[in-house]
Amino acid sequence: MGENPISIHVLGICSALAITTKIDTAVVMTIAVVAVLSISNVVISLLRNNIPNKVRIIIQMSVIASLVIIADQVLKAYMYDMSKLLGVFLGLIITNCIVLGRAEAYAMQNSPSKALLDGMGNGLGYGTILIAVAFFRELFGFGSIYGAQVITNQIYLGGYENNGLMILSPGAFFILGLIVWAHRAYTETSDKD
Amino acid sequence: MQHYINIIINSVFIENILLIYFLGMCSFLSISKKVETSIGLGLAVIFVLSITAPANWAINEYLLAEGALSWAGLGHINLDFLQFIVFISVIAAMVQLVEMLMDRFSPALYVNLGIFLPLITVNCSILGTSLFLVERDYNLAESTVFGFGSGLGFFLAIVSLATVRKRMRYSDVPSSLRGVGMAMLLTGLISMAFLGFSGISL
Repeated sequence: MGENPISIHVLGICSALAITTKIDTAVVMTIAVVAVLSISNVVISLLRNNIPNKVRIIIQMSVIASLVIIADQVLKAYMYDMSKLLGVFLGLIITNCIVLGRAEAYAMQNSPSKALLDGMGNGLGYGTILIAVAFFRELFGFGSIYGAQVITNQIYLGGYENNGLMILSPGAFFILGLIVWAHRAYTETSDKD
Repeated sequence: MQHYINIIINSVFIENILLIYFLGMCSFLSISKKVETSIGLGLAVIFVLSITAPANWAINEYLLAEGALSWAGLGHINLDFLQFIVFISVIAAMVQLVEMLMDRFSPALYVNLGIFLPLITVNCSILGTSLFLVERDYNLAESTVFGFGSGLGFFLAIVSLATVRKRMRYSDVPSSLRGVGMAMLLTGLISMAFLGFSGISL
């Protein structure tokens, strides 16, 4: 957690933000990322002594892309509505810098069992942020948590309104910015500029 | 003609690939520290997108989509599950090709854009554009224009963030908010400005 891939290294936010308007899409995305990341780490770690250095990026890419295809097909088969909601963003796990980054930085040097743990850890770290962003956006944007309405009618009658900005893209940027701020203040890290 | 202009305006302002769909954020945040480099990356993205969008369109139309292989007498085969892996390989290959051609024919341009090209392969906006044009059923001309427009939108967004960040140097930001945190908040503000266009329907 101290080196959370999103808030410290700022990797992989491409696909992180678009699907965080509700918690359930964020949860499914997290599961997909954890699965792809841990399996790809294991596969690449198993292959690491047989991959020629020059073509390693291409090989890592094809391993990752194949795994994402499998994840996509599984989702289409068992959770068709959810796969419609995630749309192109599931495919974009391929270009998610975390997956390639971990493959390159960790799995190429370490044994499969360590790589599996590394993949799961990073995937869960990523998912934590994803779900945190989704929690705030759903709470303020729809007044609900994981689909259950928490802000009751009385509060709405008292003049409370859902904040529409949270559902739109700026809301995601603000919340992620604030989470990064809080996390860095807690771990006392900072950028130079 | 008007139709194509609409697609450009739509992809640059109303559905900006970066500010509305969050694609290409990784390089967006890391490259936007200097205005010059952000212009370089922006141009490289425009360039690669205008080439890969029609290329991936053609591959999808004639090789992958349902019934696409009917010209070879294989109409019953549907290969669209291969989309991701084929698209990403096409993008990687195209980037390599562009890099080599540039090196051979325009060394000056290569020196300026060269370092950004390898980064582009893993830029989500490139793959995202290819996936969007399949989802939206564009034809060849439309996808070329859409690729160019998305690139232009990326260029606009990254250059504006870089210029704003340049100004931020003079302000007193809390130490743990510096860098990425502040960049996210700024992006949120720019994105709010772009939302002003969202009421326009073309």
